[in-house]
Amino acid sequence: MKVPHMTTSKISVSEAGASDVKPLLEIRDLAISFATSGGEVQAVRNAHLTIMPGETVAIVGESGSGKSTTALAAIGLLPANGRVSGGQILLDGEDIAGAPEKRMIELRGNTIGMVPQDPMSNLNPVWKIGYQVRETLRANGRPDGPDDVARVLAEAGLPDAHRRAKQYPHEFSGGMRQRALIAIGLSCQPRLLIADEPTSALDVTVQRQILDHLDKMTTELGTSVLLITHDLGLAAERADKVVVMYRGNVVEAGPSLDLLRNPRHPYTQRLVASAPSLASRRIQVAKELGVESEDLLAPSEASPGAAFTGTTAQHRAQQGKDKPEEVLRVENLSKVFKLRSGIGRSADFTAVDSVSFGVKRGTTTAIVGESGSGKSTVAQMVLNLLPPTSGRIVFDGVDTATLNSREIFAFRRRVQPIFQDPYGSLDPMYNIFRTIEEPLRTHKVGNRASREKKVRELLDQVALPQSTMQRYPNELSGGQRQRVAVARALALDPEVIICDEAVSALDVLVQAQVLNLLADLQANLGLTYLFITHDLAVVRQIADHVCVMEKGRLVETGATDDVFDAPQQEYTKALLNAIPGASLMLPPEVATA
Amino acid sequence: MIQYVLRRLLQVIPVFVGTTLLVYYMVFALPGDPIAALFGDRQPNPAVIAALRQQYHLDEPFWVQYGLFLKNLFTFNLGNDFTGQPIAATLGRVFPVTAMLAIEALVIQGVFGVAAGLFAGLRKGKLFDSTVLIASLVVIAIPTFVLGFVLQLVVGVQLGWAKPTVGSDASWGTLLLPAFVLGLVSFAYVLRLTRASVIENMNADYVRTATAKGLSRPRVVLAHILRNSMIPVATYLGANLGALMGGAIVTEGIFNVPGVGQKLYQAILRSEGPTIVAIVSVFVLIFVVANLLVDLLYAWLDPRIRYDK
Amino acid sequence: MTSNYQADHYVAPIDETPLLATDSVRTDQAPLSLWAEAWRKLRRRPLFIVSVLLIVLLVVIALFPGLFTQVAPNDNCDLQFSDGPPTAGHPFGYTFQGCDVFSRVIHGTQASLSVGVLSVFFVLVIGVTLGALAGFFGGWLDAVIARLGDIFFALPLVLGALVITQLPFFKDNKSVWTVVMVIVLLAWPQMARITRGAVMEVRNADFVTAARSLGVSRMGSLLRHVLPNALAPIIVLATMELGVFIVAEATLSFLGIGLPGSVMSWGNDIAAAQPSLRTNPAVLLYPATALSITVLSFIMLGDALRDALDPKSRQR
Repeated sequence: MKVPHMTTSKISVSEAGASDVKPLLEIRDLAISFATSGGEVQAVRNAHLTIMPGETVAIVGESGSGKSTTALAAIGLLPANGRVSGGQILLDGEDIAGAPEKRMIELRGNTIGMVPQDPMSNLNPVWKIGYQVRETLRANGRPDGPDDVARVLAEAGLPDAHRRAKQYPHEFSGGMRQRALIAIGLSCQPRLLIADEPTSALDVTVQRQILDHLDKMTTELGTSVLLITHDLGLAAERADKVVVMYRGNVVEAGPSLDLLRNPRHPYTQRLVASAPSLASRRIQVAKELGVESEDLLAPSEASPGAAFTGTTAQHRAQQGKDKPEEVLRVENLSKVFKLRSGIGRSADFTAVDSVSFGVKRGTTTAIVGESGSGKSTVAQMVLNLLPPTSGRIVFDGVDTATLNSREIFAFRRRVQPIFQDPYGSLDPMYNIFRTIEEPLRTHKVGNRASREKKVRELLDQVALPQSTMQRYPNELSGGQRQRVAVARALALDPEVIICDEAVSALDVLVQAQVLNLLADLQANLGLTYLFITHDLAVVRQIADHVCVMEKGRLVETGATDDVFDAPQQEYTKALLNAIPGASLMLPPEVATA
Repeated sequence: MIQYVLRRLLQVIPVFVGTTLLVYYMVFALPGDPIAALFGDRQPNPAVIAALRQQYHLDEPFWVQYGLFLKNLFTFNLGNDFTGQPIAATLGRVFPVTAMLAIEALVIQGVFGVAAGLFAGLRKGKLFDSTVLIASLVVIAIPTFVLGFVLQLVVGVQLGWAKPTVGSDASWGTLLLPAFVLGLVSFAYVLRLTRASVIENMNADYVRTATAKGLSRPRVVLAHILRNSMIPVATYLGANLGALMGGAIVTEGIFNVPGVGQKLYQAILRSEGPTIVAIVSVFVLIFVVANLLVDLLYAWLDPRIRYDK
Repeated sequence: MTSNYQADHYVAPIDETPLLATDSVRTDQAPLSLWAEAWRKLRRRPLFIVSVLLIVLLVVIALFPGLFTQVAPNDNCDLQFSDGPPTAGHPFGYTFQGCDVFSRVIHGTQASLSVGVLSVFFVLVIGVTLGALAGFFGGWLDAVIARLGDIFFALPLVLGALVITQLPFFKDNKSVWTVVMVIVLLAWPQMARITRGAVMEVRNADFVTAARSLGVSRMGSLLRHVLPNALAPIIVLATMELGVFIVAEATLSFLGIGLPGSVMSWGNDIAAAQPSLRTNPAVLLYPATALSITVLSFIMLGDALRDALDPKSRQR
């Protein structure tokens, strides 16, 4: 928790003489442009921010907002085709925007450190962890013996640091690699640390531990932090000040809580309204006030009908009453994989361990868990793409294991998937028409003319213009692709849709839009969703029932509100606690702003 | 690591057995009298035929023949050529020459190819890079034997900078020109491969992180960009050893280098089947073993490989 | 001036950064498939244009040599012109045998191109089929095909060809077809490996799983989704190999184990020119240049295709 630290740091600042303290980093009117084949492209305009010594400032924005570019400019690491085309970056009063590379090498490591985003790709796979720490120490003229290396790693929370230093990155888990990167970033006690989405690739519980540790270290060292994140809740929880960027501009900046409770720029308002980590409060408030969440998202292009608000919930509940039967029942489902461990030997790995749950028609059930929990394996087995080791999957009263190939073909019409990666779920060689038509053609539904009519209807349903038909996936954004994937899944009028992390890769606003769409479709078509996700915040927004999985086992299951309000298991509590910003209360005026 | 080595060894055995079996089967077990076929239209000396029959145990069942052939191969009992000389002794004499030639060619490919590729990659899009890119395509397109003749004529005969033919005087110096011819095509490939891989690694996240740590540019280039770019180059050099052997036959023929390739070339001209099979088998053996060594080098270069399941 | 900045709550003027509709579809450009995109990049590249023009020219020469020379390559060889200099109607001079060099170079095109094209065709058929099956289905099929490929792979092209051509069948029936057979037999593993790798990269893509859960069969998803998306490296390799196989044919012919002397080919002519190299190098240089230009065209085309089809250069 940063909030208490924030006050202490401010006190120390004021003790030093509030009016005399100079900012550590000041960015003024910064403009950055990229040379592309289509000419010069302006990525950042008029960016400005100030970081006082010991302060944590977060830049929040969607992908492409210019937040990472701004941060990279501050450490002189813009890509080769990018350049600072205007403004100043003042570090302790020295303009480093146009500083020679020699000066930047002096500053990097010692004065400005960096913790990068993806722990999987930011450590060189061919060098031992210890070597990568040691070369940092040596380059910055610090003692670099084995004990120094181990101390640096241990400070970042790596247990058994002497042994760990002798290992390669691929022997580390994601969280451990991120700790190693934090160790490297802070090893030379820089005065400014640039943390670019330092935990977005990690599971929520690990994310929390690492952020807590990072907070503790930077507070002890008095390091200023420039935190880059897409998550408003996380920014508000961890930073003293938040800077919101949109399309290369700073649109709003201010003290975290003030900005969160009282967003003034329409973009920030939109962002606050859609942030999933804060959404649980928002929805409740919105429900009480009878405000449809769509109003908060306005002006938004895709708004077919009502959102997941009171009306939808009522509708859902009503359908639940009409057809209360379980459309899908999973009983003692297990999956054991054989892993090769050396020549001729193999070890069993139980990915799913005796999982049972039921899904009622017309409702949404979420399976939530961290990576390795087995949730996606369950989805694969329910889709009949992976045979279970033991246990049964009963769909509409029939055990799917007993189906012959013709019956499986019929089963596929009734159960459809939507996948996570919007870049991988559509065949890049197929245009949108062929993509959505494929299920119809495969099942020999109608003739060419009727199929085209159906494709047009489907595009309308997912709020994409009909002209999209002729386009190819590479011309669409992630959210649009995901809507095409929804249209393809709907083509055969299925009863159940399995969403495997269907919105995880999307920016918050786009994510909210797709979730709205899914809720509308459920209301209008009586669909049943099985929603696989790692994101509890999303679960609260859409699910009626929730199943929490950990290491292949189902640890808790129940109605969403019950699980969220009164979690029974330690693991569920830990997961709920780890939602960034969960502790930040939003006052009702947000909903009416 | 030990597991990895064992696994690779286990994979090499069937390949070696399969390949030699293939070679052996093609020459000795297809329908017709292999000895007559080996000699083609010529009428060999009956004593030679008798010696060959004994050498290759043609009266035994196929598997026994093959087993004895393998045993002979590993004990370097390769029989005699048509002039009655033991092939193994001849090979022992000419092998060091070919080894020298191959090492020189490998150094030209490996060292200069990697250096030029690194230089071009770091200056992507600049004049040096685009010149080298086009030049390397031209070099790749010129067949080794054409290049051999042209350089022999220009450098050896017209300019007189090197001896156009090596003859019995094989040394590091006289072999330089043939080695250059032998290594040039692969030099171009290595250059292009290194360049591509340097460009890819330059944009890798870990290189950016290394720069952000405050490392100097030379250190980033050597320890991170170049080091990681060596991985695909090592694989290529291993797979390319076969082409190097094929090229050695041509190059040694053109420059009259007294090496294994030339012996093979002469054997072809004289249609000496048994010699051809013996030399090719030795080559295959070297190729398989060399590739095993390259795999170990690869595992050393890329620690992830050692744990690859 | 900034001492109390931290207390400020800054809001940018709204007209400075107007809000756009979330996630709107671009409609200002014509739809662009991946192939159309590649074509757009290619047609601007000089390397591509030059290589295509050269290849078209070569194909025309190979199909209609009569358009370029009226001199029959083997008739009219007259020893009195042996190694003679260029004369009117005979721009490249004469061979040792007194034959017209220009005519031989023109007529030699056909053999080189047919060996190249036929070899690539069969290598594609065998290599892509086996590679795709191995990569897509995996398991024992993959193991068998991979080991089989390793065995042929351990025989370097020239060495393997030396052995194969010692077989009576190949000795007795030297022709374009035997050369093609030798090349295909030794070169398919490379294509199979590339295909296998490309297929394995695509086979677990979500769009393949999506197709399977739509009810598309395994074979159907391989043919309709996996292979089309694995084509780029296959096309690049095939183009490059066309050049490589033409070199292989010339090398084998040069070594005397390729095309028979009766077939007009650059490799044979280069071998035949060897004795008169020092006295009349032109006899060697003309077919050698023709050979190099042909190979260069295919290598350049392959290089241009690789850049254009590279998924990393695609817009997302």
